[in-house]
Amino acid sequence: MKAYDAVIGLEVHAQLLTSTKIFCGCSTKAGLPPNTSTCPVCTGMPGVLPVLNRKVVDFGIMLGLATGSRIAPRCIFARKNYFYPDLPKGYQITQYEHPLCEGGSILIETAQGVKRIGITRIHMEEDAGKTIHDEKAPLSYVDYNRSGVPLLEIVSEPDITSTDEAVAYLRELRQILMYLGICDGNMEEGSFRCDANVSVKPAGSARYGTRTELKNMNSFRNVQRALQYEIERHIEIIESGGEVVQETLLWDPSRGVTVSMRSKEESHDYRYFPEPDLVPVEIDSAWIDSVRSALPELPFARRERFIGQYGLPAYDAGVLTQTKAVADYYEECVRLLDRPKEISNWIMTEVMRALNEQGIPITELIVSPEMLTGLIALIDKGSISGSMAKEVFAEMVDTGESAGGIIEKKGIGQINDEEELRSLAREIIDAHPDEAHKYRSGKTGLLGFFVGMLMKATRGEANPKLASRIMKELLEE
Amino acid sequence: MLETARQYRRYEKSPVDETRAFLEKIRRDTFNAFITVDEEGALRDAKAAEELLKSPDAGALAGIPVAIKDNICTRGVRTTCASKILSEFVPSYDATVVRKLKEQGAVILGKTNLDEFAMGSTTTLSIAGPTRNPRDPSRTPGGSSGGSGAAVAAGLCAGALGSDTGGSIRMPASFCGITGLKPTYGSVSRYGLVAFASSLDQIGPMAPTVRDAAVLFDAIKGYDPLDSTSVPRDYTPTNLDGIDLKGLRIGVPKEFFGEGLNPEVEDAVRSGIAVLEDMGGRIVEIDLPHAGYGVAVYYIVATAEASSNLARYDGVRYGLRANDALDLGDMYARTRDMGFGPEVKRRIMLGTYALSAGYYDAYYRKASQVRTLIAEDFRKAFSQCDIIAGPTTPVTAFRLDEMIDDPLSLYLLDIYTIPANLAGLPALSIPCGFDSLGLPVGMQLMAPHFREDLLLGAGISFQDRTTYHQEGP
Repeated sequence: MKAYDAVIGLEVHAQLLTSTKIFCGCSTKAGLPPNTSTCPVCTGMPGVLPVLNRKVVDFGIMLGLATGSRIAPRCIFARKNYFYPDLPKGYQITQYEHPLCEGGSILIETAQGVKRIGITRIHMEEDAGKTIHDEKAPLSYVDYNRSGVPLLEIVSEPDITSTDEAVAYLRELRQILMYLGICDGNMEEGSFRCDANVSVKPAGSARYGTRTELKNMNSFRNVQRALQYEIERHIEIIESGGEVVQETLLWDPSRGVTVSMRSKEESHDYRYFPEPDLVPVEIDSAWIDSVRSALPELPFARRERFIGQYGLPAYDAGVLTQTKAVADYYEECVRLLDRPKEISNWIMTEVMRALNEQGIPITELIVSPEMLTGLIALIDKGSISGSMAKEVFAEMVDTGESAGGIIEKKGIGQINDEEELRSLAREIIDAHPDEAHKYRSGKTGLLGFFVGMLMKATRGEANPKLASRIMKELLEE
Repeated sequence: MLETARQYRRYEKSPVDETRAFLEKIRRDTFNAFITVDEEGALRDAKAAEELLKSPDAGALAGIPVAIKDNICTRGVRTTCASKILSEFVPSYDATVVRKLKEQGAVILGKTNLDEFAMGSTTTLSIAGPTRNPRDPSRTPGGSSGGSGAAVAAGLCAGALGSDTGGSIRMPASFCGITGLKPTYGSVSRYGLVAFASSLDQIGPMAPTVRDAAVLFDAIKGYDPLDSTSVPRDYTPTNLDGIDLKGLRIGVPKEFFGEGLNPEVEDAVRSGIAVLEDMGGRIVEIDLPHAGYGVAVYYIVATAEASSNLARYDGVRYGLRANDALDLGDMYARTRDMGFGPEVKRRIMLGTYALSAGYYDAYYRKASQVRTLIAEDFRKAFSQCDIIAGPTTPVTAFRLDEMIDDPLSLYLLDIYTIPANLAGLPALSIPCGFDSLGLPVGMQLMAPHFREDLLLGAGISFQDRTTYHQEGP
């Protein structure tokens, strides 16, 4: 079999975290009863008009800047015309000829090193409602709560050449959106959706093969599986002398196959034209600058900084910067206690485990950076062993108590090592022969003196009961 | 209107009595001007106006009975667009213009007839049947705001609102012998106007005189945050005393006096222009070289926008829905086949074609480019003149039984009115004479963007000198 190159381009729809919809004042809150967050505008009543939510443009500019895109000084909305019950106006307001952003890119880590994936365009548009089919009756219901929720569509260049790169690109893009705080990145609930264009060509060839479009991949795993399946399907067709048909396919995750949805001939003619109800959006440098000044540090840059500033291995830096919240948590810990690698180890293992077990983000973790660094400081001092510290941490996660409190209560912070205490006690007895003699002559009241000496020698951290028992045993030997 | 307002203040008339009198006249209306009469609402408005009139701040419109074209949404009152597909549609919101009229105490008598979705020039393409011209009931009042035109001409209301996409206010104003203003695009909110062609539609006043039209225009104009195409600027009230025409440069485009213009209409319009000249205006011949492409451009841009604007009438959320559909596609097809009349279907198909893949550049994009050239023609013309004068329509009202059934010939009736819509300019139609049958002729005045003050000022001065507007049917 010949070698083939896969060519993949991805289209991502990111639902934006604005509080109101893109063209009306309705709330974007998810999970409300059907058709309760609607108005004449987002249900397409006669005579009503859209008014642009400028926050959506802010968010678009943020992503544009974060991806090094050119921000259009003047962008235009367009109508995409098609009939579907969840599309109340019979057209979607989107952007076509003059999108908000063009010519950006993002960097991904691949096995061969860092790779730049081009971003063709980023544009603003409105989401449609949801059609719900009644299984029992020949009836469908439409919920327009989602109608008019703002989306950014992010179209990549066909720079992606493997399923791994595709997933790396999506993870990176999702991470950027979440860092910017403009999208919650939830793939299952559809706030981060992905379609793909796939083709294959003989390795090294400059000519692209016929592409197919893939839809319905609602997790990274499904993106990977669907793309892998589709690439193999294309190669098989070509190898057996056939021709790939240009069409749109749906990924069926339960059967693990792609299923034809519509052919090129059946594809819609969307009859795009400029939206006459909205004026062009003029974006001057002052607007861009005001957005730029509020831009947080982005994941890739932060990762690099973590490596340089804290001397972390690339792996650690990658894990710690996966979400802005974890990176912020890490940096707060390091500010409190200058032990960057130890803190990294703790976060990557115990903290992450706790988050996974509880299914919560780090912002909801009861163990604050102060508490975590307090615990690590105790290990540093040698007050508790590493393995004990893990038990203490588990207790902290459950109870929200500080490390010190738990150690005191449980006594696990005390020196319980009998051998260690025994040898210390011998030294003390040897150093005080007179007192030892008096004790052995019946002046047992001196036990307190000896235990006190032992406590002093352990800076008070010996388990007092154990210290007393050992001292007594040795004196009465 | 202004006289009634004075009488209210002198307690010589009351809004309730006045409203009752109008409602009584509407009951006996033989011109079929109205689709829906809201007697209850009108009387409620009238009573409220009586309270309002006790305040010295009450505006000129307090208690004045007006009519609204039935493609402008009225909360709680059926808004049909003269279409079967919206025959039972009751909006839950007022159009901004309706809200403004109500806030100023106007009494809303009801909703006037039109060509379905404002697509037509005759007010015959309506679920409510044709409206007749009060000047001669065997003739059309023009369209599409023919119901408002007839209601004003027949004295069934003190003034009315129409909408104008390619001449739909000015043409019926001309045919019915009244005043009609198509304001600058962006000066009156379109919120609540059921869209035909969004980049051309504009609501405007229709009234017996220019002064009355000015009062209505002042009441409805202004920036509206609900309409992104409305323009934020200072909107100053119109000076109802008129303007001194001395030295006013009046541009006369030779393209507006060419082939197709009825000679009697030309005579009346030229005599109207002579009056303006006599009052001190200076006549300047101007060129509008691309105006001749106006109709062609219009029927691409307007139908393209309409094909998209009317997509929402799909039977899913409101309006008519066909029963017994086989599937979703069949439901759409049957609903829209049943719900729309032939002219609306023709325009949806034209517009769909003009926007379709492979034709967009040849039609829509080209039309948009020519539209820019037409606007540029006007910009150049207004460096040579202050206002432009010419005919509103090439003919006077024609007989309903001589209806032109060739759509292309009907489309050409808009030849002089369309350019103002394409360029977004304000344009006024005022009576300037009669043909040999005694049918009114309209003169159209056009001005630069937001210079309604010039149009209305010149129109007021013209009507102070002439009696065409007083010669009733």
